Amino acid sequence: MLVVALALVTVGLLSSMLHLGHPERAHRAFSQWRSSWLSREGVAAILTYIPAGLMGLIWLFDWDTKSLPLLAILAALGASVTVYCTGMIYASLRTIRHWNLALVPVFYLAAAAATGTLLFLLILAIFDQVPLWVAISGVGSLFVALMIKRSYWYRIDRDKGNYTTAMALGIETEAKVRPLTPPHTMPNFVMREMGFRVGRKHATKLRRVTLACLFILPMLFVALAMTMSWAQPLYTLALISAAIGIIVERWLFFAEAEHVAMLYYGTDRA
Amino acid sequence: MNFEPKLDLDNPVGDHVATTTCYMCACRCGIRVHLRDGKVRYIEGNPDHPVNKGVLCGKGSAGIMQHYSPARLQAPMKRVGPRGSGEFEEISWDEAMELATSWLEPIRAKDPKRLAFFTGRDQSQSLTGYWAIQFGTPNFAAHGGFCSVNMAAAGLYTFGGSFWEFGDPDWDLTKYLLMFGVAEDHASNPIKIGIGKIKSRGAKFVSVNPIRTGYSAVADEWVGVRPGTDGLFVGALIHELFKAQKIDLDYLVRYTNAPWLVIQDPGAADHGLFARDENGDPLVYDQTSATFASGMNVDIAPALVGSRTLADGRTARPVFELMAERYLEPEYSPDAVAEDIGVPAEDIRRIAAELAEVAFEQEIILDQPWTDWAGRKHDKMIGRPVSMHAMRGISAHSNGFQTCRLIHILQILLGSIDCPGGFRYKPPYPKPAPPGLRPHGAPKDVHADEPLGGPHLGFPLGPEHLLFDGENAARIDKAFTWEAPMAAHGLMHMVIHNAAARDPYGIDVLFMYMANMAWNSTMNVADTISDLTAKNEDGTYTIPKIIYSDAFYSEMVPYADLILPDTTYLERWDCISLLDRPISEADAAADAIRHPVVEPDRDVRPFQEVLIDLGARLKLPGFTNDDGTPKYPGGYPDYIVNHERAPGVGPLAGWRGKDGSKFGTGEVNPDQLDRYIENGSFFVQHLKPEQAYFKHANLDYLNWAVEVGFRPTATPTIFQLYSEPMQVFRLAAEGHGEITPPELHRDRIAKYFDPLPFWYRPFEEDMVSTAKYPLHAITQRPMHMYHSWGSQNAWLRQITAANRLYIHHSVGDSINVKDDDWVWLSSNQGRVKCQVQLMDGVNPDTVWTWNAIGKRRGTWGLDDDAPESNQGFLLNHLISELLPEGGDYRYSNSDPITGQAAWFDLRVSIEKADGSGETSPKFEPVGNSSQPTSLTKLAYGADFKRRSK
Amino acid sequence: MTSLPAPTSKKLGLVIDLDICVGCQACATSCKEWNTGGYSAPLSDHDPYGADPSGAWLNRVHSYEIGEGEDSRTLHFPRACMHCEEPDCVTVCPTGASYKRQEDGIVLVNPDTCIGCKLCSWACPYGAREYDHDDGVMKKCSLCVDRIYNDTLAESERIPACVRACPTGARAFGDLGDADSDVSKSVASRDGYGLLEDFGYKPVNKYLPPRPRRNSNIEAGTQASETIPAADNSATEKLFAWADRVLSR
Ligand SMILES: Nc1nc2c(c(=O)[nH]1)N[C@H]1C(S)=C(S)[C@@H](COP(=O)(O)OP(=O)(O)OC[C@H]3O[C@@H](n4cnc5c(=O)[nH]c(N)nc54)[C@H](O)[C@@H]3O)O[C@H]1N2
Ligand SMILES: Nc1nc2c(c(=O)[nH]1)N[C@H]1C(S)=C(S)[C@@H](COP(=O)(O)OP(=O)(O)OC[C@H]3O[C@@H](n4cnc5c(=O)[nH]c(N)nc54)[C@H](O)[C@@H]3O)O[C@H]1N2
Ligand code: SF4
Ligand code: SF4
Ligand code: SF4
Ligand code: SF4
Ligand code: SF4
Ligand SMILES: [Mo]
Repeated sequence: MLVVALALVTVGLLSSMLHLGHPERAHRAFSQWRSSWLSREGVAAILTYIPAGLMGLIWLFDWDTKSLPLLAILAALGASVTVYCTGMIYASLRTIRHWNLALVPVFYLAAAAATGTLLFLLILAIFDQVPLWVAISGVGSLFVALMIKRSYWYRIDRDKGNYTTAMALGIETEAKVRPLTPPHTMPNFVMREMGFRVGRKHATKLRRVTLACLFILPMLFVALAMTMSWAQPLYTLALISAAIGIIVERWLFFAEAEHVAMLYYGTDRA
Repeated sequence: MNFEPKLDLDNPVGDHVATTTCYMCACRCGIRVHLRDGKVRYIEGNPDHPVNKGVLCGKGSAGIMQHYSPARLQAPMKRVGPRGSGEFEEISWDEAMELATSWLEPIRAKDPKRLAFFTGRDQSQSLTGYWAIQFGTPNFAAHGGFCSVNMAAAGLYTFGGSFWEFGDPDWDLTKYLLMFGVAEDHASNPIKIGIGKIKSRGAKFVSVNPIRTGYSAVADEWVGVRPGTDGLFVGALIHELFKAQKIDLDYLVRYTNAPWLVIQDPGAADHGLFARDENGDPLVYDQTSATFASGMNVDIAPALVGSRTLADGRTARPVFELMAERYLEPEYSPDAVAEDIGVPAEDIRRIAAELAEVAFEQEIILDQPWTDWAGRKHDKMIGRPVSMHAMRGISAHSNGFQTCRLIHILQILLGSIDCPGGFRYKPPYPKPAPPGLRPHGAPKDVHADEPLGGPHLGFPLGPEHLLFDGENAARIDKAFTWEAPMAAHGLMHMVIHNAAARDPYGIDVLFMYMANMAWNSTMNVADTISDLTAKNEDGTYTIPKIIYSDAFYSEMVPYADLILPDTTYLERWDCISLLDRPISEADAAADAIRHPVVEPDRDVRPFQEVLIDLGARLKLPGFTNDDGTPKYPGGYPDYIVNHERAPGVGPLAGWRGKDGSKFGTGEVNPDQLDRYIENGSFFVQHLKPEQAYFKHANLDYLNWAVEVGFRPTATPTIFQLYSEPMQVFRLAAEGHGEITPPELHRDRIAKYFDPLPFWYRPFEEDMVSTAKYPLHAITQRPMHMYHSWGSQNAWLRQITAANRLYIHHSVGDSINVKDDDWVWLSSNQGRVKCQVQLMDGVNPDTVWTWNAIGKRRGTWGLDDDAPESNQGFLLNHLISELLPEGGDYRYSNSDPITGQAAWFDLRVSIEKADGSGETSPKFEPVGNSSQPTSLTKLAYGADFKRRSK
Repeated sequence: MTSLPAPTSKKLGLVIDLDICVGCQACATSCKEWNTGGYSAPLSDHDPYGADPSGAWLNRVHSYEIGEGEDSRTLHFPRACMHCEEPDCVTVCPTGASYKRQEDGIVLVNPDTCIGCKLCSWACPYGAREYDHDDGVMKKCSLCVDRIYNDTLAESERIPACVRACPTGARAFGDLGDADSDVSKSVASRDGYGLLEDFGYKPVNKYLPPRPRRNSNIEAGTQASETIPAADNSATEKLFAWADRVLSR
């Protein structure tokens, strides 16, 4: 289990490093923990390795296991802090009203807990020993995450954005401002990076997919698993469904975000 | 807690700076080119330069990418595949020169007119024209005929100057600028500097333009006229001024032919001409002596009104009276014209009132004594601070000449030409109105193995100056014939059509330079391409040989048989001469050079060098010594310094004389070019303050202008409100005189050669069904692109890689399209498919696009899937070089007086297109295997960075 | 936030006059040209001759239309980094590569330490940061820091490239922290403003708004029209009577 967790974390860290323009300079990213959530995330992730790594060593070399609970708590704490930092990277961006919400890191934590629990359940199922309370907390955490996500959607749907194109240009007018010619014919970095948006129709559909895959189906599967004997495939299904769900949710999280800078490129409000 | 890195802030820009002249467009700004390790690091404006005073436009600042363009031609080439295939074989310069010589020599020996030599956007017409004279062909002109000859001719016939780039609003003093139909102009940076000045000063700027972008966007008032109706608008302003008696009568009496008496004897051979005395001077009626007097007399009080009886008993009336009658006609009243123009009558009245108010109530008085042409001293210069400027929005219509004349008349009535705050001439202007030059090219001027009888282009005063070979046109473009009598710049847009039709005759060699005639500078692209590839029955080409000089792989290159690859503007000598299109300012005469600041890295040669070499090989008199040796063995710099057009007059006016102390005229100075380079590649001769205004009648100026060779005499330029040469043509159309037009052309000449300008409906609008083609379609130049050159520029093309069709919301609503939808735009010539952008700031009857963005696949170093050729489009596909069929004769789609191409007369219809996104027509890609492949990534400047560390 | 310098009195920046900007793109190309070989070298371009040309530009010029009909207008709008006083683009940077200079407030990216995570570009409300895919680092307006302090340039040349090039004079450079500077004075007299002030980054750059359109600058605009007689046949005679006088040359 620990191996799985460590592997997942490592894959995550490596892949975000590969997205960098200069991965070889990645170590520099730990320096600005005073102000930067991205830096904090890195620091937290690395700090989490310490207890987790120690646990691994203990397990590997069969050392004294007394410190294990403490290390586990530390590792869990570290993981939570990391996840929280990740959430805060987004939540701290004032430029995107869909992200700049306290609910964002909360959901990050809730989703991490829920999906983590699902993974935990599957692993337990593989070793054929699923305590009921874990299963129940699985359903519970899914439900909590679901409620957070729904209130998040409710929030962002009501928020029409504080800024208009006229404000972005500083022109005092009630009239509509329309772009006449963009600075460049083909999309530029900012438009590609921040201008990606998903149509309203698709968004509704994708939210349903998220609801179903990330929350409802896994809850059903886990609930069924609690009552059935062949739990293992059900937990697998729950996890797969949640995995699909979380991918869609992540994608939607980005696609529904509106960046203020897009006011210069044709968005009316942000 | 941040620790700031230490920056290297004192990194020198480059290791060498060269000061030369920009040629990303025809404005010719001064530039400083910073070089590092032989590569161009940075190009900036030269603060000392009279044209741009240090600033640099969007094109000029992207010069690096033009200079290093992948579309640059690499070496001389001979066509091996069929025309248009783009299959070439590289040849040596020797072979290229021998080939050209072998094609041209026999023509000159037999019939020089079978060479047509036409040049496009170049700035060396004084050399190319001279070469053509030496060759002896009548068939030479530059791009003026499709560009803005209406501007030039209307101005020169009226007041010896013109808009275009030959005059400026008095940017420092004007209080009201009325600008007609300008998007970019040849005075690109000067206009921007000027607009910045007047806006900051709070002067009012009114832009008359169907489209509200660019300059019109910052205008204090935008007058969104319907295209082609400016003549009505200006006519109505004149109407109002006459009605309100807001006219500078003193100015008219002093400087114009307003008091000159016009013979009123309908049917007579001299009807409508000026009554003249025995010396040929025009007569006026002198109020003081109550007798007739010569209009050239000084101490008289000429009457502006009153019908007089001449000695022979006939009646004569002053020009002023005739004008007043014409423009007070109700047809020019604001109420009558408002609907046609699309501007409310009250706005027209208000603008007229504003003009009058500023001119007469806000006059400027400069405490600057000056002496008029008659030697009378004035202790002040009085300014009527209303200025005007106009360009192709007026020019590129078939009523452009007369409309432009109307604008000049408006300025003159307000007394605002060359006064403080008004429109100002730039030396060597003013010239006499019209200038004394007449066209050459009639059979008497053309002889085998001899130079032409004189310069090609000039200003006819009547049918005797037209160029005929018997019944037929003497020139291939039919300039100076009944079809375009005052074609002062030729009709380049008709050359290929006429040559292919062998009308008036066939030619052997078409020789072109810097003109993309297979694409954006031609009307009717598809037919032009078929004209270029048309074959005789025996399989030979109808236009047998085409020689072309370009610097880049343009759409024209694949149609030539022999390519003479030119250098870029940073690699050659050039001469921006006062004999040609100078860079003068209103209070300074100026000229300039370019000199090589980087070495060519290809097997290319400056075209001027090639032309001079060719001249020597052909043994043209102007290019060969008596002993047969080349006259300018040192090439173009040799020519620039040593060529003399007249004794003491050469291409450059600065630092003449043995010791370089003379301006204008003076002996050859062998150090001249060094002096130019030392001075930043230009020379400025400032006028004295007493010479700065009223140059048309300013004794100090006129004397100086004679001294430096700008004018033949110091007699003043008298403004020709009433243009007698026009009446002479008109009389010929009525059957008077020895040379009269054939029946076919008579009505046309009689109608349009009105000596007092008037408005008429542009031809295409009159000839096609406006119900079928309800919209006008026009183009504008983008400020950051120069015609077709810009798209090869990796930076500029990012700004505009494809052009949209801009339409008014109401048009969008009517055909149910929104932004980005595709439409078909159709004219009587064809149709194009394009993508729309809706807007508000456009005349609702007008659609428009950026000029020359659409490209043909295979050219300009661009990939076949470049947006330029797949989404961008060329409006030229819809424009015809001929007027629509109907009537007895198909005239060219041009102004009937000057032959100026009427690009902006186009009428179109629009409909929604289904399906998706590709333009049409899309021509077959041309081959380009002779060109290097273009990079897929650029990191220009990375080297500089590495080095700086 | 720990990583912004304490507020300093010197605030170098640009003032852009929207009343006279004609949208000519000179500032954009001149900026590209200077910077591709300067502090930010290179500003890479992708597919420069192909179907999808794009590149890093530190200054871009838009045009907009505002409103419809009578009161509508076209606005040209250059946009680059505002050198904000309190910008998150600096604080979100995990490496410290994005920083605001203590001495003059210029916001810069250190190209030697930037890891290209792009977070700063997400934090900028003005879309003023441009990632250079080729170089792998973030680029942005440097306020031409390698010109304005460059002792190898003549004093008058120590201004940003865009200001130097702008043909209409719509761009000015100076210390907006100094109330007596020309730029501050023009901001004060023309009601200059920063973009999205409510957003809270305190942009240093200021824009001067377009002046109101004047369909008449003539107070007594009707003066002349009052003297214009009704359009009847007598107009010509009246004019002739008026013009019939002794006018000596
Ligand atoms: N950047 C750049 N500069 C250039 C060039 C270039 O290609 N690019 N080309 C150079 C050349 S060769 C030339 S000839 C000059 C031309 O310079 P401009 O005369 O400025 O040429 P156009 O861009 O054709 O602009 C014509 C303007 O007239 C308006 N217009 C069209 N029809 C009418 C009409 O009936 N009435 C009125 N009032 N306006 C009308 C159009 O909307 C447009 O704004 O520019 C030169 N400078
Ligand atoms: N629809 C429409 N059409 C128009 C106009 C319009 O307003 N609307 N405007 C018209 C006007 S006014 C003009 S002037 C014409 C202009 O049209 P063209 O005269 O065709 O102008 P360009 O396409 O800019 O350039 C001509 C050629 O010069 C080449 N060239 C560039 N630099 C050099 C050099 O240094 N040496 C040599 N030898 N060649 C060089 C280019 O590669 C190009 O092939 O277009 C006309 N066409
Ligand atoms: S206007 Fe621009 S492109 Fe034209 S010469 Fe001047 S700087 Fe060069
Ligand atoms: S404009 Fe954007 S990049 Fe510049 S300082 Fe402000 S937030 Fe940062
Ligand atoms: S892209 Fe570079 S400057 Fe921007 S936040 Fe990341 S490391 Fe900092
Ligand atoms: S100050 Fe320099 S870097 Fe900034 S926009 Fe202007 S030219 Fe570009
Ligand atoms: S250079 Fe000046 S006028 Fe041109 S777009 Fe930039 S700010 Fe506007
Ligand atoms: Mo032109």
